[in-house]
Amino acid sequence: MDHPKTIIDKIWERHIVHQEQEKPDLLYIDLHLVHEVTSPQAFEGLRMKGRKVRRPDLTYATMDHNVPTIHRNVIKDEISKTQMETLKQNCEQFNIPLADIDHPDQGIVHVIGPQLGLTQPGKTIVCGDSHTSTHGAFGALAFGIGTSEVEHVLATQTIWQQKPKTLNVKVNGNLGKGVTAKDLILAIIAKHGVRFGTGYIIEYTGEVIRNLSMEGRMTICNMSIEAGARAGLISPDDTTIEYLRGKRHAPEGEAFDRAAEDWRSLATDEGAAYDATVEINAEEIEPQVSWGTNPSMCIPVSESVPDPENAATVNEKQAIERALDYMGLEPNQPISSVEIEHVFIGSCTNSRLSDLQRAAEIVRGKKVKDSVRAMVVPGSHNVKEAAEKEGLDVIFKQAGFEWRAAGCSMCLAMNDDVVPPGERCASTSNRNFEGRQGNGARTHLVSPEMAAAAAIEGRFTDVRQMGSAVLS
Amino acid sequence: MEPLRIHEGLVYPLNRTNVDTDQIIPKQFLKRIERQGFGQFLFYNWRFHDDGEPREDFSLNDDKYKGASILVAGENFGCGSSREHAPWALEDYGFKVIIAPSFADIFYNNCFKNGLLPVTLNEETIQQLIKKAETERYEVTVNLEAQTVQDSEGMQESFDISSYQKEMLLNGWDEIAVTLNEADKIDQYEQNIVKY
Ligand code: SF4
Repeated sequence: MDHPKTIIDKIWERHIVHQEQEKPDLLYIDLHLVHEVTSPQAFEGLRMKGRKVRRPDLTYATMDHNVPTIHRNVIKDEISKTQMETLKQNCEQFNIPLADIDHPDQGIVHVIGPQLGLTQPGKTIVCGDSHTSTHGAFGALAFGIGTSEVEHVLATQTIWQQKPKTLNVKVNGNLGKGVTAKDLILAIIAKHGVRFGTGYIIEYTGEVIRNLSMEGRMTICNMSIEAGARAGLISPDDTTIEYLRGKRHAPEGEAFDRAAEDWRSLATDEGAAYDATVEINAEEIEPQVSWGTNPSMCIPVSESVPDPENAATVNEKQAIERALDYMGLEPNQPISSVEIEHVFIGSCTNSRLSDLQRAAEIVRGKKVKDSVRAMVVPGSHNVKEAAEKEGLDVIFKQAGFEWRAAGCSMCLAMNDDVVPPGERCASTSNRNFEGRQGNGARTHLVSPEMAAAAAIEGRFTDVRQMGSAVLS
Repeated sequence: MEPLRIHEGLVYPLNRTNVDTDQIIPKQFLKRIERQGFGQFLFYNWRFHDDGEPREDFSLNDDKYKGASILVAGENFGCGSSREHAPWALEDYGFKVIIAPSFADIFYNNCFKNGLLPVTLNEETIQQLIKKAETERYEVTVNLEAQTVQDSEGMQESFDISSYQKEMLLNGWDEIAVTLNEADKIDQYEQNIVKY
């Protein structure tokens, strides 16, 4: 055998179109996902230069960021409406398949790619969206790009890339009951910071990762960008292959078997070297709650908000002070004493069927606290239907949750789903930046289970103490 | 894209770390379908009150930084969302160079597509630049060709940049045109793609 290689090296090598000293590599792109917010200027650029879309068949578009999640067709904001109509016109003009707002395949771009089987091991996947790293869960090399690069990929189906270094994040042990993939990735970022992945592609390895479902793996890879990484991925295995079997865009019959064999061969070889490795002990991880304004500002639910006086550096002290001030929290305040007004279960991190199933188990037969407004926004129309088939919508509605149509919604509050200034939201999304869920809004990142528990109790509660029988 | 070789300008110090693209340009301004005109929304939630009145406690509103074209900030500048609206807003506002100890990856790449030069310098130098610019009217010269940052008092630091990205900015190249020169290689690659 050749010298052992990582999956990152294997995918990279397969996609080199052109290589030259002193230059990045020109990589071929197998799948380009497009949404309404980061594409209009790219299409306009093509038109201005009289350029075509090279491979509309390798391009797939949807509307997710702006779409209303109630009254689907009442878009009050004229500029949002224009943006969505622009995508429709662009897709028509350039012949790109589009799952628009009324389409049964519509949903958050990172939810529908996998669900349709467009996302496959070994593919290079880009999208004008930083959470494109989600697709890495399948052993694809997937990363976010800017609008100029969107235009570049539309025109050439390639992208210039300097090869990043490789980072092995190895997760040992087992996750405890009630501790989820979301808690794991939050704990990793809390421990190593929002920059530890910068300049790297992360491969997640180890027992815990192997034992995760595809949906859990997507949650992990989704947040690679919050660690600064170019991409995050997981070598394909039986779990990956079984997930893809029968998906609409996956190969069929014997072709599927050939594909599966090839996909397996992409997995990182025994003994392959990485540029860096960090090891994580899963046994130590508890359900997490973020307290600050970036995803590394996160603590176990049993702990208290940090005290700036204990910061290691002046910069860190100032950052903690700013964050506490924005979040309206006191140093040393137990996070479980913090009351919330909003709960958002959704986003490309945690809006898939199993996320909703687990949250529903927590709320079943209970009531959302009077002071809390809680909503569930499924990641795609397909997830919504599947959940309704199981009666999850009824469980949520009976508990007092709003049950919405698919989209990004309160993850970034570009539509009407906004957290008002100064109010607090337990959110299953991925970013707790200032103003992310609305100007002055205070976001606390949690797992779906923890969000559901917070909705019932009106404050952060250790989900493991809420009738543990239902926890997986 | 305008080529950028040597730029001399007024420094605006933003002594914050992890400035994310949600802060550089908040989402309510991402609905526009144009590339221009985002400068007025730069750092909107920091610069303005809810009623649109400028906030006195945000230093970019200070007259002494009027016309600033070089932004100096803390580590991990531009983290978060991939929105290219962030460099569009910075560029449209009048910034030409961003200096920080480190940048987020996607933001860094986006800068080069928009004639904006991201310069990485060490933390210590950055803190000196910030201090100077906070206390006096402070101008520096950024020379992309020589890869240096200088002031009139003898400070000179050099910075690293990949030769490809340097050439891009120096020449103001249209990257798509560059790539289309390799069109035959792309054709060839496509012919060799193995189907399952
Ligand atoms: S759900 Fe949130 S993070 Fe995911 S693509 Fe939509 S806006 Fe981005």
